[in-house]
Amino acid sequence: MKHDIILAGVGGQGILSIAYLLDHAAIARGLRFKQAEVHGMAQRGGAVYSHMRISDSPILSDLIPEGHADMILSVEPLEVQRYLNYLRPGGVVISNNEPVKNISDYPDEAKVDAALMALPRAILVDAAGIASAAKMSKAQNMVMVGAATPFLPFEWQEFEPFVQRLFGAKGDHVVKANMTVLEAGWRVGAFAKALLDAGVSSAVVGRFLARVEPMTLDPATAGAFAGVLALPGTWAFLDGEGARVACDPGLLKSLSA
Amino acid sequence: MAERELLLGDEAVALGAIHAGISGAYGYPGTPSTELFEFVQGCAEAEGIHAVWSANEKVAYEEALGMSFAGKRSIISMKHVGLNVAADAFVNSGVTGVHGGLVLCVADDPGMHSSQNEQDSRYYAKFALVPCLEPADQQEAYDMARGAFDLSEQTHLPVVMRIVTRLAHSRADVVTGSRCPQNALNPTAETFNFTLLPTNARILYQRLTEKQPDLLARSECSPWNTLTDGPDHSRGVIVNGIAWNYLAEAFEGKIPFPVLKVCQYPAPVAKIRALLEMVDELVVIEEGYPFLEEMIRGVTGVHGKRIRGKLDGTVPRCGEMTPTVVAKAMGLAVQEGLAPSLEVVPNRPPTLCPGCAHGDAFLIIRQALAPWGDVRMFADIGCYTLGFYPPFNAIHSCVDMGASVSMAAGAAHAGMHPVVAAIGDSTFGHSGMTGLMTAIRENVPMTLVILDNGTVAMTGTQKTMCTGEDLVNIVKGLGVDPDHLKIIEPHRARAAEQAEILRAEFDYRGTSVVIARRPCVQLKRKGG
Ligand SMILES: Cc1ncc(C[n+]2csc(CCOP(=O)(O)OP(=O)(O)O)c2C)c(N)n1
Ligand code: SF4
Repeated sequence: MKHDIILAGVGGQGILSIAYLLDHAAIARGLRFKQAEVHGMAQRGGAVYSHMRISDSPILSDLIPEGHADMILSVEPLEVQRYLNYLRPGGVVISNNEPVKNISDYPDEAKVDAALMALPRAILVDAAGIASAAKMSKAQNMVMVGAATPFLPFEWQEFEPFVQRLFGAKGDHVVKANMTVLEAGWRVGAFAKALLDAGVSSAVVGRFLARVEPMTLDPATAGAFAGVLALPGTWAFLDGEGARVACDPGLLKSLSA
Repeated sequence: MAERELLLGDEAVALGAIHAGISGAYGYPGTPSTELFEFVQGCAEAEGIHAVWSANEKVAYEEALGMSFAGKRSIISMKHVGLNVAADAFVNSGVTGVHGGLVLCVADDPGMHSSQNEQDSRYYAKFALVPCLEPADQQEAYDMARGAFDLSEQTHLPVVMRIVTRLAHSRADVVTGSRCPQNALNPTAETFNFTLLPTNARILYQRLTEKQPDLLARSECSPWNTLTDGPDHSRGVIVNGIAWNYLAEAFEGKIPFPVLKVCQYPAPVAKIRALLEMVDELVVIEEGYPFLEEMIRGVTGVHGKRIRGKLDGTVPRCGEMTPTVVAKAMGLAVQEGLAPSLEVVPNRPPTLCPGCAHGDAFLIIRQALAPWGDVRMFADIGCYTLGFYPPFNAIHSCVDMGASVSMAAGAAHAGMHPVVAAIGDSTFGHSGMTGLMTAIRENVPMTLVILDNGTVAMTGTQKTMCTGEDLVNIVKGLGVDPDHLKIIEPHRARAAEQAEILRAEFDYRGTSVVIARRPCVQLKRKGG
């Protein structure tokens, strides 16, 4: 078993906290890991990345060979593009859809999202929306940890002791709120993974996720939803709703009707 | 007793040194070495270890040598270019030798992630005729650091540990061992050794050369220098340090060729010869300069054997090694990843933080210089070097710590006017003061702007030595004319008025200093 992950983002987005949680979860499970990170010059609002390798056997290189990463986990959508050469065939991209526009030539947002949804296996997560709904707008990175979890050898609950270590000093409520957004991320990731595994395209998964309330996603029902997403009436119904809808048995019933 | 800990390569070296019983840690910040010192600093009080940043690497090295003189162990850490600054002390300490164990951990930066060059510190170890260890992973970093102090005390020599960015800044689990107590205070009786008058130095240098066969013998039988056979003798491979990991990765752990992994120097020549005899051709894959490759090739090459590596283009000469680079060099087919799915992917270079005082200072300096047209400004190393990029386009040089001051003086000697240099407070304390003192003696027509943000910001807001009134007093003490020492708090809202102050100094035909004092916003955030 091995999981090679490229973590990506912009300096200041907390990718080292993501790495911290994954590192510690791995070691708590008795797994081996190596994680190469970038310090110094690259941190001042520039592109930052980390190579993260988790395995049940000894790991040789600190760096992931090109074409070998199982996942690109990015806290910023444009940043994914810099590391696609590392992704293996069949690897997954999980990206926040919230842009950081600290450069003057940032491309058109819709094009950035479309480029990601054109990839074979990509999940675009509304981490900003999820985090701010929990009044935790700085915790987008925690949403992304949750969204990645279904693809990793961890349960989302396993991060709690390490979230405690990171944020415990700020009080129990901060730890709890971080775990809430992490769980919401997990719901999105697990649901989307089930859809992708059922053969639904990245673009359709993205379109569906944009229409539903993340906290109402129940991954166990994803298979059933995969079936109705191909129905012509589905999008007319979903797009007709003004706000995001609850993804519950009621919705499934209306879509199947 | 053994514990598993999650450590950066830097931290693994630090913990190895702590467990070896160091009494002092010395250094000056510099990526990628900074976290080594900071790890020791974090437990210095509890462990009774002296750990305070030094003004520069030379000072750090000499402090450590003093501790060695007193019989105690210490570690010095710095980035590769720091060793250029400490080189005088370092090279001479090979001649003096050491009393208490002394280990220099120097972090090279192949690929220049945050440095001016890719210099390879193995040459320095060879130059000083002292042993060098080069860990391939975090575990070796810990084990070697622990053992390096014994090696130092057995050979009475400083020992170099060369690490590189990808080890320094990569985290892995490390099994740690027991700790040794610190050495007791025991000043050396051999003060002759430390007094390098030519009469003494001739004898000591002779002794140093006589130690070389022992150092070589230690390398030949070192467990860190391993020659492993493989079924296919058409080719042999030599790798150093972390390059071994990439080679192993490229072959998924099953390398078909004989391989020599070199991690202790002087280079084990008998092992190199043994490998050469086994194979038809040799590929040398080094993280760093072609140090071993040049040595093996010599002037005439090896008769009947093809030597491949950086010198014949088999391995790229510049940049760092990666598993993909090594796989290509070994002629393996590499797995392609995906191409970008967006037409144009713009770069995202690092920038000054929003609200950074340096940005305002540049704006004001540019405004003050406007009457003279497009004036070049000498600058130095720190966050303010980002003033090179738009929208500032404010600086026109960055060479080595302190160079802004002396280069400005040289340009003024040549007749340029106005001549302006900008330097950070920590860089000024590191190497700017002497240049300024020299300029003041001659009243060279130039202006030095000291950007005092109260911290060593670039490397992570470490404590600076020359800030606030201390800095003013230092500048005054160096002898600058008090009428031409100005202090401003740079703010773009007051640009016009502050540019006026600067313009008068730029115009002045003598040495002037402007201190632009405003704290780094990151420092304020951290509550410093
Ligand atoms: C010889 C040497 N030592 C260390 C470094 C690493 N380094 C680069 S800039 C810097 C300090 C910058 O501090 P300061 O001058 O106060 O500027 P600031 O970053 O705070 O703006 C250091 C330690 C280096 N490049 N060269
Ligand atoms: S860390 Fe401080 S000095 Fe550096 S860019 Fe940010 S505010 Fe400016």
